[in-house]
Amino acid sequence: MAHDHHPTGIKRWLFTTNHKDIGSMYLWFSFIMFLIGGAMALGIRTELFQPGLQFFDPNTFNSLTTLHGLIMVFGAVMPAFVGLANWLIPMQIGAPDMALPRMNNFSFWILPFAFTLLLLSLVPQLFPDGAPNFGWTFYAPLSTKYGPASTDFFIFGVHLMGISSIMGAINVIVTVFNMRAPGMTLMKMPMFVWTWVITAFLLIMVMPVLAGAVTMMLTDRHFGTSFFDAAGGGDPVMFQHIFWFFGHPEVYIMILPAFGIASHIIPTFSRKPLFGYASMVYATASIAFLSFLVWAHHMFTVGMPVAGELYFMIATMIIAVPTGVKIFNWVATMWKGSITFETPMLFALAFVILFTLGGVSGVMLAMTPVDKQYHDTYFVVAHFHYVLFPGAIFGTIAAVYYWLPKWTGNMFNETLSKIHFWLSIISVNITFFPMHFSGLAGMQRRVPDYNMMFEGFNQLSSIGAFMLGFSQLLFMYIVINCIRGGQGKATDNVWDGAEGLEFTHLPSPAPYHSFEKAPEVK
Amino acid sequence: MSLLNRVMSGTFMLFTLLASGVWANEPELSKYNLRPGVTENSQRVFDLHNEVAWIMLIVAFLVFAAILYAVIKFRKSAHPTPSKFSHSTTLEIIWTVIPMLILIYLTKPAIGLLLDMEDASKADMTVKITGIQWKWKYTYLDEDFEFVSELSTPASQYEDYARTGTEKGENYLLEVNNEVVLPVGKKVRFLMTSDDVIHSWWVPDFAVKMDAIPGFINETWTRIEKPGVYRGVCAELCGRLHGFMPIVVRAVTQSEYDQWVAQKLEEKAEAARLAAEAAAKSWSMEDLMEMGKKVYAEKCSVCHQPEGQGLASFPALAGSEIATNPDKIDEHTSIVLYGKNAMPKFGDQLTDAEIAAVVTYERNAWGNSTGDIVQPGRVGELRAGN
Ligand code: HEC
Ligand SMILES: [Cu+2]
Repeated sequence: MAHDHHPTGIKRWLFTTNHKDIGSMYLWFSFIMFLIGGAMALGIRTELFQPGLQFFDPNTFNSLTTLHGLIMVFGAVMPAFVGLANWLIPMQIGAPDMALPRMNNFSFWILPFAFTLLLLSLVPQLFPDGAPNFGWTFYAPLSTKYGPASTDFFIFGVHLMGISSIMGAINVIVTVFNMRAPGMTLMKMPMFVWTWVITAFLLIMVMPVLAGAVTMMLTDRHFGTSFFDAAGGGDPVMFQHIFWFFGHPEVYIMILPAFGIASHIIPTFSRKPLFGYASMVYATASIAFLSFLVWAHHMFTVGMPVAGELYFMIATMIIAVPTGVKIFNWVATMWKGSITFETPMLFALAFVILFTLGGVSGVMLAMTPVDKQYHDTYFVVAHFHYVLFPGAIFGTIAAVYYWLPKWTGNMFNETLSKIHFWLSIISVNITFFPMHFSGLAGMQRRVPDYNMMFEGFNQLSSIGAFMLGFSQLLFMYIVINCIRGGQGKATDNVWDGAEGLEFTHLPSPAPYHSFEKAPEVK
Repeated sequence: MSLLNRVMSGTFMLFTLLASGVWANEPELSKYNLRPGVTENSQRVFDLHNEVAWIMLIVAFLVFAAILYAVIKFRKSAHPTPSKFSHSTTLEIIWTVIPMLILIYLTKPAIGLLLDMEDASKADMTVKITGIQWKWKYTYLDEDFEFVSELSTPASQYEDYARTGTEKGENYLLEVNNEVVLPVGKKVRFLMTSDDVIHSWWVPDFAVKMDAIPGFINETWTRIEKPGVYRGVCAELCGRLHGFMPIVVRAVTQSEYDQWVAQKLEEKAEAARLAAEAAAKSWSMEDLMEMGKKVYAEKCSVCHQPEGQGLASFPALAGSEIATNPDKIDEHTSIVLYGKNAMPKFGDQLTDAEIAAVVTYERNAWGNSTGDIVQPGRVGELRAGN
């Protein structure tokens, strides 16, 4: 085909404007970051295996927690979702490619530079006073007046990531609003596309806020302003308000696409249409809307006026309602279905179950008076790892298993993938479940050492973390093996009864330019 | 115990715990749950926590039960022809309304409790708490004395970089040199602030956690019902030794408290007398060096390191310009008195003699052999602004 002339070797990847190539690069980039961030987590868990400081100076330990968080959020989860969006959105809406292919290329290639800047902070020859060590939330003044020199690299890295995310989001919005196949009205769009459009709006709204926060940090550090310094008329708490105005929608940015993924996989393997499509769309939109109104529930101990605390408590609890709707809809989708348990379905089920656990601890955290006990303890660490690991990451893994045969044309090794599933689900719980207990018993977060009463829980978490981390290498093997041929050819429909244009209208593997001619959607 | 044993017993423990009701109201289970604590509010927080935890667990288990039922009952081999329904307005209304009712039910007690927790009015006494990297300063505003309280666990217990395992005391990392003493039954108001970064003063037994923010003052309170020793920690990441700034409160009866206050005031008067005496006298190099070495080890070596070699963003003092240039003696002293950027001020923690001693020590230790002697009198002059 004349269309398929494109450069080969390194040039193909440097100059590509193809949504599939760019999607693959995002996904591999995300996986590499996941391994780097994961290695840092294992460093943390090694130090915490027993009381006493055995491996890291506390300052280095703080850098590990900081970089682990930043890399997982900005390097692993967000690029993974952009990678999936690239691969899937054109195929799901019947388009040949993304609307803005050159920008697409640019927004990917910014990322390696952004993370190189961030990781350079670990080179002691460049930064004798160490890497960022103020937590991924980089509260002022710890990050401004007290931050190490490498903080400036961190600031520029965050700027670059933000530019990349905003461009990715613009691309999704333009593509979805302009390139849908004839007949695909908004209320016929696949859920993954819906959740991603909403995510894209969130990104466009909050990434500039984050950019504003780090810019103010920069000027406070070097240009004599005092945004966050009371001595100059500023306010360190204002930093937290700005950060969480970004940070809370960010939490949903890291989960909404996973909601979309589950809404594809569960119907397919239940052989039944998604229950309550319209209410799923409205629930997602209302979660996104509410996410702008609840930010200060991360700040119940900063001494807000009591009226503010009441407002943020009630607003936060309201979010549980649309979230509950989504979970009930997934269960209702399975109800009276005809369910099979292929690997994507197993991960999607684990997603629903464990996300529910993270959700109910979220309601507990929303209650201001009790949050004053939970805040900044391992209970919070348990909560957000339950929504992020089994949520965002299992969601991504489920998506990869579900669409990989469509992408590569090959089936992956079913047995190995089931082993991967069981290892992951067992170890994720060994890692994070005990953290509920250590938190309630009084262990504060972000500490390299602790009293002996927390030892048992920490040992469990450390053992689980190593299992969890190494199990993901099996995932890498399965994916590479599948790309190289796997267990033979996939059919065009791949799964028994998969819906969606990518399964009903495209062969496996999907052609380089997804739809040369727009399909007709009834 | 072997690793495998630990894993097995740990997993077993987890599941028996879950099964036997983790949220039971038994003190010995507090290793797995919040503590009921020793104030009315902490008890109410504990009760509310138990209630919401149970309700949430029940909700979660209902969802899990439905999923379990579905995957067993509607698996393909048992239920080969799927039904095709895809919505039900009634159901959707039900599962929007019921969660709302549950939330309203939970919010009501939460609001009342929150209003009480935030009402620090009509206090019997006030203690100002200042977070300082990495210790707490307590100022008793009514009686007008203050002291600094910091970790008393020796470094030899926590520094185990040789990985030989060190002997640790029972209150490892939860013990301090100067305990805060408070009377039981009195409404104590706390004013929180910080000299440097944000800290957070947390004593779980009081259900009090409040951020100490530089440049601002936060207010909270407690009324302890039972005499005893209560331990807490700094909850907000505040730099290198964030995990090493515990809190210990000793709650005593009013008469014991009065005794303690009298003793503190006596100590304060005595210290002032000694400081004045020390400031007036002319010190020899040996005496200054001896005292300076002690002060340095206690107050400065956490950041500048035992041999003055510095660490990360804490500058080295050995061989540094400021500690060796004879024209910078006053500047050196002023930095210690008033602080500079991330360097804390010590003017309120050390006497003139102690500052003179530590500056002299820094100018004559670790190969800095300037021979300079700083007398307490000069520190007093600098304090006075000359
Ligand atoms: C919390 C950590 C910390 C502690 C404790 C601390 N310092 Fe510092 N100190 C610093 C930092 C950070 C600087 C660098 C300040 C700057 O220049 O921005 C500094 C700078 C100094 C300087 C100036 C060094 C130079 O080259 O400009 C002197 C002198 C000094 N400290 C003395 C002391 C003495 C004496 C003590 C004990 C009484 C002490 N410090 C305790 C953190 C600390
Ligand atoms: Cu602190």
